[in-house]
Amino acid sequence: MSTVTANSMDAVREKKSPTVDQRIPTSRVVAVELRKMFDTRSGFWLMMSVAITATLATGAVILWAPDSELTYDTFAAAIGFPMSVILPMVAILSVTSEWTQRSGLSTFTLVPHRGRVIGAKAVGAVLVGVGSMVVAMAIGALGNIVGTAITGTPTIWDDSFLHLSEIVLANVLGMLIGFMLGVVIRNSAGAIVGYFVFTLVLPTLSGLLAANASWWHDAQAWVDFNFAQGGLFDGEMASRDWAHLATATMIWLVIPLAVGLRLMLRSEVK
Amino acid sequence: MITVDSLTKRYGAFTAVDDVSFTAEGGRVTGFLGPNGAGKSTTMRVMVGLTPPTSGTARVSGRLFSDLPNPGLEVGVLLDASAQHAGRTGREILNIAARTMGLPRLRVEEMLDRVSLTEKEADRRVRNYSLGMRQRLGIAHALLGDPTVLILDEPANGLDPAGIRWMRDLLRSYADQGGTVLLSSHLLHEIEVIADDIVVIGNGKIVAQGTKNDLLAAAGTVVRSAAPSTLAHALELAGIASTLGPDGAVRTQADAARVGEVALAAGVALTELRPADGAGLEEMFLELTSETQREGAAA
Repeated sequence: MSTVTANSMDAVREKKSPTVDQRIPTSRVVAVELRKMFDTRSGFWLMMSVAITATLATGAVILWAPDSELTYDTFAAAIGFPMSVILPMVAILSVTSEWTQRSGLSTFTLVPHRGRVIGAKAVGAVLVGVGSMVVAMAIGALGNIVGTAITGTPTIWDDSFLHLSEIVLANVLGMLIGFMLGVVIRNSAGAIVGYFVFTLVLPTLSGLLAANASWWHDAQAWVDFNFAQGGLFDGEMASRDWAHLATATMIWLVIPLAVGLRLMLRSEVK
Repeated sequence: MITVDSLTKRYGAFTAVDDVSFTAEGGRVTGFLGPNGAGKSTTMRVMVGLTPPTSGTARVSGRLFSDLPNPGLEVGVLLDASAQHAGRTGREILNIAARTMGLPRLRVEEMLDRVSLTEKEADRRVRNYSLGMRQRLGIAHALLGDPTVLILDEPANGLDPAGIRWMRDLLRSYADQGGTVLLSSHLLHEIEVIADDIVVIGNGKIVAQGTKNDLLAAAGTVVRSAAPSTLAHALELAGIASTLGPDGAVRTQADAARVGEVALAAGVALTELRPADGAGLEEMFLELTSETQREGAAA
């Protein structure tokens, strides 16, 4: 019994010996982190819900939208809303589960460079975000074809490729906001609450303030991330709007993420 | 080999690990013994780079953990068997680790077999695992990359007696093949039956270290009397250093015959006189534990 075990151990030792001094390639870390977004029950259904909600939203448009509004833009808008909720959750959980589920103990001992792991998670999140949006938009396109065939109205493709790319970008940015909150808060429940405060409570407060204080009204476009992001969905991005978006992204995404990463690198994993 | 050098970790004013130095050699099982909260886990977390030390270093095979190119292939780590995503299956947890290390998938099946987790159990989600199953999975995770060093924090927790026996044999054979095994426990007996070397830690400081045989032999004599303080005084007059324990027992490094002579000369009647027989380690450990006994403080 013990000799059998010893032999198999020797065999593995010989097989792997060239890799002991080889650094784990980044592509492998990304592939593993990507896999970890799907391989839990919650992760699996979160990803499935991308397709499910896109289908439901498409179905709802076909059933209830007036025939005159049965255009691709309507489908894209209907699908976009659930995406803007689901995708950030995927990003948040990919980071926070390492702490809340404590799997970080293994993750960060197998790859003892937290920056590499978090970077891989960010790449994975963007890949998932873009992939999900492509799937969702394809479902919407199918809905547009089927829906107009049912009603007998002409099939209208009123969204340019540029605008669709802007919608994808808007969703990826929203996802990265979730990612940032995950890095800063490092707790699943806390980060999810934080995300809803950021996307639901802050815009309302900002709007109220803008209506009542002229100084905020002037600054809002530069500082209010949700406000600046809105242009991407509307498809009316002038160069000034890009400048607004860049500034707001710097304030709400880049700087907090940098601070959060610094704190995370120095923190303890328990 | 693991080399810990003047390791200190402070949390504000609290010093969890205080200037700890020791070495765990290859081919030997090193037991890291200490009561709960003594600093064992913190020391182990620093070793594998999860906790940044305040000062000092811990090296594995001569390198800092973060300098290992693919640490899973050199160091097997089990710090907390429950620290896994509850929604993953046992097999998936091993798959992820194997992929990270670049190991063939076959290795996962081998390890599941090695720790006696059945196909069915491996496909269950970890939230439905008993603590014993989690420990087995954790051991499989640690052994996956066929490392030369094992760092295990309280690995026997939650295992049934047969499981403890199995683990003991497994670690023994690992050390016999030249591997370094460092395992912690708060139970003296557990360490006594498996370790070749023992490092005892209390309140963040190393209080004793050496081979098990040395630590158990360096015990001296235990002597009891109806008048312990008179006895201690008599020993002191005879030039024999001794300590008077809270239980009334007097301990000294002198042998039993010499202690008997002194007692006779002083006219102190003895109720017990015996060699300490390794009880020294146990007494020392009990003393360490009593300082942090929560039950004692509450009473």
